[in-house]
Amino acid sequence: MKKNTLTSSQKGLRPATKKNFVTYAMVIAFFVIFQTLSSTGNLKNTYRSLLVPICTSVIMAVSLNLVVGVLGELSLGHAGFMCVGAYAGSFFSVLMQDVITVTWIRFTLSFVVAAIAAAIAGILIGIPVLRLKGDYLAIVTLAFGEIIKSVVNVIYIGKDSSGLHIAMSSTGLNLDSDGVIILKGPQGITGTPKNSTFVIGFILVMITLIIANNLIDSRTGRAIMSIRDNRIAAESIGINVTRYKLMVFTIAAALAGCAGVLYSHNIAALTANTNNFGYNMSILVLVYVVLGGLGNIRGSVIAAAILYSLPELLRGLSDYRMLIYSIILIIMMIVNNGTFFVQLREKLSFKLKNKSKSSSDTGKEGV
Amino acid sequence: MKFLSQLISGISLGSIYSLIALGYTMVYGIAKMLNFAHGDVIMVGAFVVYTMCVTLNLSPILGVLIAIAFCTVLGMVIERLAYKPLRQATSLAVLITAIGVSYFLQNTALLIFGSDTKKFTSVVSISSVSLADGQLIISGETIVTIIVSVVIMVALSLFVNKSKPGKAMRAVSEDKGAAQLMGINVNAMIALTFAIGSGLAAIAGALLCSAYPALSPYTGAMPGIKAFVAAVFGGIGSIPGAMIGGILLGVIENLSKGYISSQLSDAIVFAVLIIVLLVRPTGILGKKINEKV
Repeated sequence: MKKNTLTSSQKGLRPATKKNFVTYAMVIAFFVIFQTLSSTGNLKNTYRSLLVPICTSVIMAVSLNLVVGVLGELSLGHAGFMCVGAYAGSFFSVLMQDVITVTWIRFTLSFVVAAIAAAIAGILIGIPVLRLKGDYLAIVTLAFGEIIKSVVNVIYIGKDSSGLHIAMSSTGLNLDSDGVIILKGPQGITGTPKNSTFVIGFILVMITLIIANNLIDSRTGRAIMSIRDNRIAAESIGINVTRYKLMVFTIAAALAGCAGVLYSHNIAALTANTNNFGYNMSILVLVYVVLGGLGNIRGSVIAAAILYSLPELLRGLSDYRMLIYSIILIIMMIVNNGTFFVQLREKLSFKLKNKSKSSSDTGKEGV
Repeated sequence: MKFLSQLISGISLGSIYSLIALGYTMVYGIAKMLNFAHGDVIMVGAFVVYTMCVTLNLSPILGVLIAIAFCTVLGMVIERLAYKPLRQATSLAVLITAIGVSYFLQNTALLIFGSDTKKFTSVVSISSVSLADGQLIISGETIVTIIVSVVIMVALSLFVNKSKPGKAMRAVSEDKGAAQLMGINVNAMIALTFAIGSGLAAIAGALLCSAYPALSPYTGAMPGIKAFVAAVFGGIGSIPGAMIGGILLGVIENLSKGYISSQLSDAIVFAVLIIVLLVRPTGILGKKINEKV
């Protein structure tokens, strides 16, 4: 590492910066291609409707990667933060629809509101994190996610001239005659303006990537990774484990909250069920992160984009698509991590190294 | 009286959770992996019973026995094909593979049986018992569930604590390398654990669907997660912990359904879990692991 930074400072970009720019370039290229295709009408409607959800899952995957890959704590409740963000953002948008009429200001503010709400949830969940480890932590995050999902399903919030009313049933709200119910328990929030576009999704993905990459490459990021690699050693050199763990949870939660806003402003009716905000979603995002590579931000982006679209692209196979998806998943995990294949790869790379050693020695310094 | 009947049905539901949690906890103890596909084995078991009893009109006992045999073999096949190649891999890789297996089982069931909910006919033919002038009615399913669970738990405790294979299993879960040096076939022990866990899941599936007679390819998912919670509740890796955790979970769930809110019962269960883990970070009966530097 040290040698690298020294040599590269003479030659311009640091390797980490270079790597990040490749990621950004990739995302921008993807955006330009699909934006042109979709604005010139060359993209089928089914594919065009995939673009915003792809951005949502990319943001989810990158933010979860901060927790699982960079901090090294298994979280199974990431969709819970998305749920908080989606409801907070939608609620804000519906509430302010008549007050703030400029769409982009309202939409930006709803992202801010959602990020703050999700960050608070992240802090709440972060506190037990400080006491728990490994699988126990995983189950607590799963539990939190499920609690959030259950709670939003029983809350009713209405608005009338005297302010906001919160209750557990629609009759308990006691609204005036001019009152409107915004959050209707299991029916969720309807009438959220459909503000999410691919451009906004792209901007959010870029912001997420910049935040994630800069966090990882900073002093803070190195402290976080040292906690992952050896907590006791990190503590002994004076790193405040509690602070950094909470920080990662909060940042990841806020980003997931923004993903939630993107999601909720792309659908007509926002409801919480197992598939969008339950453990199924959390696990799906975890699959993106693990297949993309733990701690590898670019990997998360690619894995999320491909794996999200895969079931849709396989739609022609109708009922068989999820079956094929699951088989691909199992085979990929075994090929990536199985003892047999790992040894095979080691053997192959050993052979390749021996062959190319003499030729690569001279050209290596620039890297 | 309402409290008593809620309590009894809670214990009955809890015993089913315990049976599932036993599979989770044994697999975790021996292979150090979270077998997320375990919940779906319950669903497979229930579908086998459904096919045998409703479609082929066999007797319920025979149907359940075939389901147990089927799931036992299924558990061993899953272990052999999906998990064994990943013995050396990180636990996260195995977790994702387990999720893949879970999707696979759900979607295979979806292809064979369709997505509509099937009405499961109860495998229990005992009529319900009425106590205290009809104020307290205990259904036959509840009685059978509790009895079967108690018998299984006693048998399993005896097996694990007294028999030779049980001792070998405990040795493997304690220290794989040392167990191998003592001449224990580690792979066979892991396969045996999966076989027992999956067999228990089949019984749990039959009992669960007898008590709550709706069967779909996603039936196993939520009880699976709840049982996982129960296993963690009691201290994952501990067999008595899984039993206690399962029963406590069932009782809490039923009581909160009866007295607080049926929609919030899941949230209450999970909240209790979080509180328990905050007080005892390794569960009720979990061992405290001291970190070595």
